[in-house]
Amino acid sequence: MQELIVILVDGLVFSSYLFMVAVGLTVIFGVMKILNVTHGSFYAFGAYLSATLIGIYYATDLPEFGGFVAIFAAALIIGIVLGVILERCLLRFLYSRDEHIIVLATFAMFLVLEDVLIMIWGTDPYFAYQPVGVLGAVDIVDMTFDVYSLTLIGLSGFVGLGLWLGLTRTKWGKLLLAVIFDRELSQAMGINVTRVFLATFVIGAIMGALGGAYLAPTISVSPGIGVEVIVLAFAVVVIGGMGSIPGALIGSLLVGLSRAVAVHKLPEVELFVIYAIMALVLTFRPEGLFAPPQARKI
Amino acid sequence: MRYLDKTVVGLSIAFLVLLWADFFMAEWMRFVGLQSLSRGAVALGLLVLWRTGLVSFGHALYFGFGAYAAAMLTLIGFHDAFLLVFAGTFSAGLLAFLLGFLLRRYRAIFFALLNLAFSMILYGVIVKTEELGSTDGFSVRAPTFLGYAPEGEAVQTALFLFTLVFTYIITVGVHLYLKTTLGGMSMAVRENEIRVEYLGYSAEKVIHYKYVFSGLVAGFGGAIMALAIGQVDPDSMANWTVSGEFVFITILSGIGNVAATYVGALVFELIRTYAFEYAPQYWQFILGGSLLAIIMFLPDGIWSLLSRLRKPEGARGL
Repeated sequence: MQELIVILVDGLVFSSYLFMVAVGLTVIFGVMKILNVTHGSFYAFGAYLSATLIGIYYATDLPEFGGFVAIFAAALIIGIVLGVILERCLLRFLYSRDEHIIVLATFAMFLVLEDVLIMIWGTDPYFAYQPVGVLGAVDIVDMTFDVYSLTLIGLSGFVGLGLWLGLTRTKWGKLLLAVIFDRELSQAMGINVTRVFLATFVIGAIMGALGGAYLAPTISVSPGIGVEVIVLAFAVVVIGGMGSIPGALIGSLLVGLSRAVAVHKLPEVELFVIYAIMALVLTFRPEGLFAPPQARKI
Repeated sequence: MRYLDKTVVGLSIAFLVLLWADFFMAEWMRFVGLQSLSRGAVALGLLVLWRTGLVSFGHALYFGFGAYAAAMLTLIGFHDAFLLVFAGTFSAGLLAFLLGFLLRRYRAIFFALLNLAFSMILYGVIVKTEELGSTDGFSVRAPTFLGYAPEGEAVQTALFLFTLVFTYIITVGVHLYLKTTLGGMSMAVRENEIRVEYLGYSAEKVIHYKYVFSGLVAGFGGAIMALAIGQVDPDSMANWTVSGEFVFITILSGIGNVAATYVGALVFELIRTYAFEYAPQYWQFILGGSLLAIIMFLPDGIWSLLSRLRKPEGARGL
């Protein structure tokens, strides 16, 4: 019983982390049909800037809860700066090209950004655990969890709900849905698709950066964190169905919980249980669990 | 054949020149050459798939499988290069044959990602297997060649010769194959699969053939790589970034000609070697930058430079 709760909490925390990274990826894919490898860079840059800003903030004598402002500021700055630069200076020239070429272009950009990261922050790891300390720890059935990790569950729920409401309840969201449904027709109807694309990409980038920024206090921020996260996010998005927000939610829960079970029960399979699920889901539902069916082109 | 095929002639000349050069080459050149041939072979498989309209983001699976299959045989006392490379090639081919039954039903991005998933499963298995050195991998002893056991620099000379002969055969074979009906069907499947089926061919079968072939050559490349660098490890053999590099080489070379894949692999290897040599901190930056430049300014790969030179401006598009 006790172990079950631990697995559940662990799994939920990991699922929330996955959801945070995957949701940005799936939004970008849904609207732009781009599988964005640079999402890993958004994550990594978010984590680095967040660690830096937290360090600067806690060097001053300001109230200690303000550190959270630093985290969100880092996510916004990275998302907007990187997102706008990438979309305007690179991706918009590639929209007419083959989808594989676009993936590869973002892969190239990912490689470039990996080294830009090292140019800016060097190779030494950064630690910014102060926000974790501020919130302290809590006991759940004799096991100690830090509250900070638990807030991640709340944050990802909030982000998911916010996105879903934004998409279905606002005018802006409806425009977006129109573009997702039929890019050309919505353009013909007078929707400024260029602007929708830019906005979507920036929002997706902010999500990715927020994932990194919020997680930064719990990990050692070092080169290479983007490489790992991007395949995880891919797996989640593919399982849930590319472009679907509920899909990303189910996908991250599925992956997060099974990984938690694996970690506690069978640590040897931890790393590939995720990809095994991905392969399994794709075998039976090639488009993922929640993707809308597509007509075959003749 | 009624007339001499230009590509076959070119390949044969390159083969003979390299064969001769093998005995004079500096050691680092031979090393770069071996790596290029190995990666070039994998890219050749991807080229065949790409002509069908499919791109795999997971061929590190077969590359790594071939490399580890060969390397594991050395652990139990087999050191013959012929045996190791054949084992690497055919075990990867068998794996591709089995997975092919599933993968041949997938297209576009789903094909790419399902491949990625399978390759990451292999990566996960290797990383978690302590017996195989986990993330550090293990080293592979210098091979023997049918009883001939070279020492020192002669190992690389012999291995280069060995690799050269086999890549030559494979490459000429692929070139001739692409001219047959089955080979020509690649483009047809890419352009319109349903019409291919109406004409009485099975598109899935076409894809399956090509998939197995690409698995075979990727296994071959992996086994060669394991012997060439004398070491196998998951991060440079089976991680997803390795698959990305293979696709990179394919883009770099373009899918116009089989010979291009080796030129592309060589250019890739040179960029990497020099970037690593002169700016070790920024080699990914340089690699990514060149890939972007190729995508932006040379969409059909290096090979298209040749045809641009050959044809005057006005004649293009005819």
